[in-house]
Amino acid sequence: MTMQRTRKRRLITILLVSTATALATSLIVFALQQNMNYLFTPSQIKAGKARKQHSFRLGGIVKTGSIRHSHNTLQVFFTVVDAKAAIPVIYTGILPDLFGDQQSVIVSGHMEQQRFVANQVLTKHDATYMPRELKQAMVHTDAGEHGTCPGSRT
Amino acid sequence: MSVWIPLWLRKLAAPPHFYCIAGKLRRWSGRLAVLLGIIALYGALLLAPTDYRQGDAYRIIFVHVPSAWMSLFIYILMGGTALLGLIWRIKLAELATIASAPIGAAFTLITLITGSLWGKRMWGTWWTWDARLSSELILLFLYLGVIALYHSFCNARQGARAASFLTLIGLINVPIVHFSVQWWHTLHQGSTINLFGPSYISASMLWPLLTMTLATKAYYLASLCGRMRKQLLWQERGKHWARRIIAMGE
Amino acid sequence: MNVALVKFLAMGGYAGYVWPAYGVFLLVLLIDWLSASFHYRRLLLEERHRLTWKKAHQSHVSRTLPPPP
Repeated sequence: MTMQRTRKRRLITILLVSTATALATSLIVFALQQNMNYLFTPSQIKAGKARKQHSFRLGGIVKTGSIRHSHNTLQVFFTVVDAKAAIPVIYTGILPDLFGDQQSVIVSGHMEQQRFVANQVLTKHDATYMPRELKQAMVHTDAGEHGTCPGSRT
Repeated sequence: MSVWIPLWLRKLAAPPHFYCIAGKLRRWSGRLAVLLGIIALYGALLLAPTDYRQGDAYRIIFVHVPSAWMSLFIYILMGGTALLGLIWRIKLAELATIASAPIGAAFTLITLITGSLWGKRMWGTWWTWDARLSSELILLFLYLGVIALYHSFCNARQGARAASFLTLIGLINVPIVHFSVQWWHTLHQGSTINLFGPSYISASMLWPLLTMTLATKAYYLASLCGRMRKQLLWQERGKHWARRIIAMGE
Repeated sequence: MNVALVKFLAMGGYAGYVWPAYGVFLLVLLIDWLSASFHYRRLLLEERHRLTWKKAHQSHVSRTLPPPP
C-alpha cells in the first residue's frame, strides 16, 4: 500500500512538472510566433507587415520570364510573386542550382524604395520526388499544360 | 515489483536472463541490420531512378530521412523508458534510457550533417536558423545533455534518475521538430511520407527508403542491447552471475 | 576505367555531396558500434584482472595470517 502511494506521488509530481514545462514552452513559442516566422510573403510586405524590420526574408515564387541577367556582372533582376502581390528583387552573386522560373525562393535582404535588395538567394524545394523519365513522359502527354516546376536543369 | 507484472516478464527481467537474451538479440538484429542495410544501399545508389528536379543529389534522402526518423523515434522511446524508470524504478528501463542516448545522438548528428550537405547544393546554404533545423539542433543538445547529466553523478542510479527527468522535460521538443514545417514558414520542405495522408514519392524511390528505415531500427536494437549488457554487467559486477561471466570471458 | 562506373561515381555532378553524406552515415554508426564494443571488452578485462588479483591476494592473506577466532 505504501509503495503504491509513493508511486502515485511520483507520477503526480512528474505529470505536474511536465505540464508546467509544456505550458511554459508553448507560451514562449506563441510569444515568439512572429519572430519564429522565417519569411514574409509579397502580400504581407505590401500590407506593411515587415515594415518594422530593417532586413528580413522574402519568400515566394519566381515569376516566369522575369529573370534578367546583367551583361557583364553577376547582377540579376527577377520578380517574386505570391497569389496577390509581386516584389521586384535585385541580387548580385552566384545563384543556387535549382534557381529558375516558377521556383520557390527565399531571399534575404532589405527594401530600398519599392525594390528588394538581396544579399542571399535560397531555393526551397517541395516534398515531391519522382523519376526523371516519368516526369518527362508526363510532360509529353499533357503538353498543353505547363509542369508545375520546369526547373533550370532538365 | 508490484503484483500485476506477470511472472514470465519478471523472469525475463532478471539480470542474468536478460543479459543472455540481449546477447542473442544483439547478434541477430545486428546481422539483420547489415543485410537490410546492404539491400537498401544497393537500391538507393543503383536501382532508384534519378529525380526529375534534384538529379542524383536527392539520393542523400536515403540516409538523411531514416536517420531523422530514428532521432525522434529513439527520443520517444527514451521518454517511455524514463517514465517507467522514474515511477516504478525498473532498473532495466533506466539502463535502456541511458543506453539509448548515445545512439540517438549519433543519428541526430548524421541527420544534421547529411542535411547540411544536401542543403548546400539544393537550397544554397549549409545552415540556416529555420524552425526545423534549429529544433533538430536542440534535439542533439538534449541527447548530449542527458549523457552529460548521467555522467556527472557518482552514483549510477541517481545519475540515471536525473537523466530520465531531463529526458521527460525534453520530450516537448519532439512535436516541435515534427510539426515545425507546418507551424511556421521554414526553408525545410514539408513531409514527403505521411502515415495519415498522401505521400509524394514514387514507389521505386520509396522501397529503398523504407528498407533503410528498417535497417536503422534493427541497428538501434542491436546497439541498444550491446550497451545495456555492458552497463548491466558493470552494475552487477559484485554478484555471482556477473563474476561467472567475467571469469568465463563471454 | 569503366564508363558506367565513372558515371556512377560522378553521381550526376553531385559526387562531392552524395558520397560524403553516405560516408558520414556509415562512419558515425561504425564509431557508435566500435566504441560500445570497446567499452564492453575493457570492462571484461578490468574486472577479470580485479577478480584474479583479489583471489591471489585473499589466498596470500589467508596463508600468512592466523585464521579468525
